[in-house]
Amino acid sequence: MPKARRQLPKAPTGIQGLDEITGGGLPKGRPTLVCGSAGCGKTLLAMEFIVRGATQFNEPGVFMTFEESAQDLTKNVASLGFDLKDLVARKKLALDFVYVERSEIEETGEYDLEGLFIRLGQAIDSIHAKRVVLDTIESLFAGLPNPLILRAELRRLFRWLKDKGVTAIITGERGDETLTRQGLEEYVSDCVIVLDHRVSEQVSSRRLRVVKYRGSTHGTNEYPFLIDENGISVLPVTSLVLQHPASTQRVPTGVPRLDTMLGGAGYLRGSTVLASGTAGSGKSSLAAHFADAACRRGEHALYFAFEESPNQIMRNMRSIGIDLQPWVQKGLLQFQATRPTFAGLEMHLTMIHKAINTFKPQVVIVDPLTSFVIGGNETEVKSMLMRLVDFLKINQITGLFTSLTSGGGPLEQTEVAISSLIDTWLLLRDIEIGGERNRGMYILKSRGMAHSNQIREFLLTDHGVELRDVYVGAGGVLTGSARLAQEAQEQAGKLTRQQETTRRQLELERRRKAMEAQIAAMHAEFEAQETETLKIIEQEQTREELLVQERVDMGLSRKSDARANKQKGNSK
Amino acid sequence: MPKQKARDSTKAFERALVSPPEKNYVLRLYITGTTPQSVRAIANVKKICEEHLKGRYELEVIDMYQQPQLAQGEQIIAAPTLIKKLPLPLRRIIGDMSKAERVLVGLDLRKKV
Repeated sequence: MPKARRQLPKAPTGIQGLDEITGGGLPKGRPTLVCGSAGCGKTLLAMEFIVRGATQFNEPGVFMTFEESAQDLTKNVASLGFDLKDLVARKKLALDFVYVERSEIEETGEYDLEGLFIRLGQAIDSIHAKRVVLDTIESLFAGLPNPLILRAELRRLFRWLKDKGVTAIITGERGDETLTRQGLEEYVSDCVIVLDHRVSEQVSSRRLRVVKYRGSTHGTNEYPFLIDENGISVLPVTSLVLQHPASTQRVPTGVPRLDTMLGGAGYLRGSTVLASGTAGSGKSSLAAHFADAACRRGEHALYFAFEESPNQIMRNMRSIGIDLQPWVQKGLLQFQATRPTFAGLEMHLTMIHKAINTFKPQVVIVDPLTSFVIGGNETEVKSMLMRLVDFLKINQITGLFTSLTSGGGPLEQTEVAISSLIDTWLLLRDIEIGGERNRGMYILKSRGMAHSNQIREFLLTDHGVELRDVYVGAGGVLTGSARLAQEAQEQAGKLTRQQETTRRQLELERRRKAMEAQIAAMHAEFEAQETETLKIIEQEQTREELLVQERVDMGLSRKSDARANKQKGNSK
Repeated sequence: MPKQKARDSTKAFERALVSPPEKNYVLRLYITGTTPQSVRAIANVKKICEEHLKGRYELEVIDMYQQPQLAQGEQIIAAPTLIKKLPLPLRRIIGDMSKAERVLVGLDLRKKV
C-alpha cells in the first residue's frame, strides 16, 4: 500500500475511538492543540494520552501542569485508574507543576521563557520522554506581564517541541471568537482538536471535533464522547462500514406460531427486530418471550429496560406465565434498567456497549426505544440507534427493540425513524370491532425470509402469547367475541347440516319403504286380478265345454249323430 | 530555670531588632549562559545591589544551563529571574533588570507607585 507509506507517522493515543477518527493517532513528533471551555475534559484527554502512551506504547511522557499541583492531579485521575505515582516511580512519567503567581513577579525588562524550556528539556531528558503535555499554557498569560514577549515565546516553544521530536498536547481555553484566547496556538499547532460540552433538554453531551490535521485526512464530524471510569471514549458515528456478517441461522421467537409466520423458524441470527405498537399491545410480552426462549436454549440475554424496573417486569411477565427469575439467578439473563433521562444518549450507548462487551449476550432487548426521544432529539436518537444496530450486527447479536406508537399516528412509522435499519418488523395493533379492543399482529417486513402476510389475532394468556386462527369474513379479520360468534355460528351451521343429512336419509328410507309397499300392493292386486282372470277363463272354458256338450246333446236329440249324448237326446 | 531561659531569648530577640544582621538580603539570579540578557542582568543587579544594599546582601548567580534541575525547584519560568529569598515575602524579578526603579520595587526598597 504505497498510500499508507506516504502517511504521516502517528502516535496512537490509546483513547477509544480517537485513533479511529484521526486515522491512527496524533501527529508524531508534532504539537497538537486541544481546546475547549472549562470542564470539557481537556486535561483528562491530555492525561490519558500520556498515561496510555507510557503504559501501552512504551512512550514515556512529561506532564507539565500550570493549574493543578502534581498532588491534586494525581488524586484527581486516580479515580480513572491511573496510578501516576507508580508511573513516576518507574520513570515513565514526569510531573511538573509550574507555579506562576502574578503578585510575586516584577518585570524589569526584556525576558524570555528559557527557564521553562530548560525545565521541560530537563524533564524530557530525565525519562527520555516521547510525549509532552502542557496544561494549560494560557495560565502564563495571566501570570506574566508583556503578552508580546509571551506570544513570541509560545511560537518558539512550539518550534522547540517539534525540534525535540516529542508528540505534544497543548491545552487551551476557548476564546470568544477564536478557538483559543490568544488566537495563536491553533495556527502553530499541527493538529487542533476542539472539545465541547453542551446541555440540551437538561441532558449534557460532550462532543469532540478534529478541526485541523496537517498532512493527514481525518474525520471532520462532531463526535460524541464521554468520560467514565475508564477515561474517555469517543464514538465515531460514520466510521463503521457496512461489512457485518450475515448469518442464515434462525433464532426462535419463543412463540411457536409466530415462528411459523416467519418462514417456520423465527428471526435470523444477528438481525434487528422491531416490535412496534400502541400502548398495551403486548410489545414487552413478545420481548419477554424472546428472552425466555434464548435462556431456554442456554444463551445469554441482556434486557435493557427504560420504563420498568426488573422486578416489575418479572412480576408482570409471571402473570402471563413467563418466569424470568430463574434465568436471572442462573446468570443467563441480565437486566439493565435505567431511566432515559439518567444520562445523555452517548452515555447510554456506551453503557450499552460496555454491558454487551462484558456480558456477551446472544440476544439483546431494548424496551422501549421510544423513551429516548425527549424533545426534538430524533436525529440524535437515530444516529445513536444506527450505531447500536451496527454494533449488534458486527457482534452477531439478535436485537429486539420495542417502539411505542402513539395513538392516532401513522402505524407504519416509528417515532424514531429507524424503520429502514430494521430487518424484521412486527407490527402490533389494536383492532377495535364490536365494542372490543383486541390484539392483532402482522409482519410488516422481514428481510431474507418468506413470511406470512396475515394479520393474526393474539391473546395474552396465562401461558404467554398465543396466536389464534384467522377468521376472514366480509368485514375483515374477525377478532374477540366476533370471532367467537363466528365460531358458534359455524358450529350451529354444522349441526344443522348434520341434522339435514339425517333427515334426508330417513326420508329416503321412508320412500324406499313406501315404494316397496306400493310394489307389494300392486303385486297383490295383480295376483288378485290374475286369479280372477284365470277363474273367468276357466268358467268360459267350462261354459264352452257345456255349450259343446249341449250341442252334442241337442244333436243327439235330433238324432243327428249317434255318438251324441244319449241322455240329452233321451230327454228330448 | 525556664524563667531564666525565657528572659535570655527575649533579650536575644531585642538585640536582633536593634542591630540588623550583616547580610539580610539573600538573592539568587538565574541566568541562561551568556545571552545578552543574562549579561545585562548580571551587570544591572550588581550595580543596584552595590548602590542600595552594599554590605548587606548575598548574591548567587546560577546558570540554568549548568544546573537545569534547579529551575524546577525554584519554579523558574522566565530568564533572567532574580529571586529575593530573604527578606520575605519572596519575589521574582524577571527581565534584564534594565528598569532599575522596578527592580527596587521588587526588592521592597521602593513603594510601588
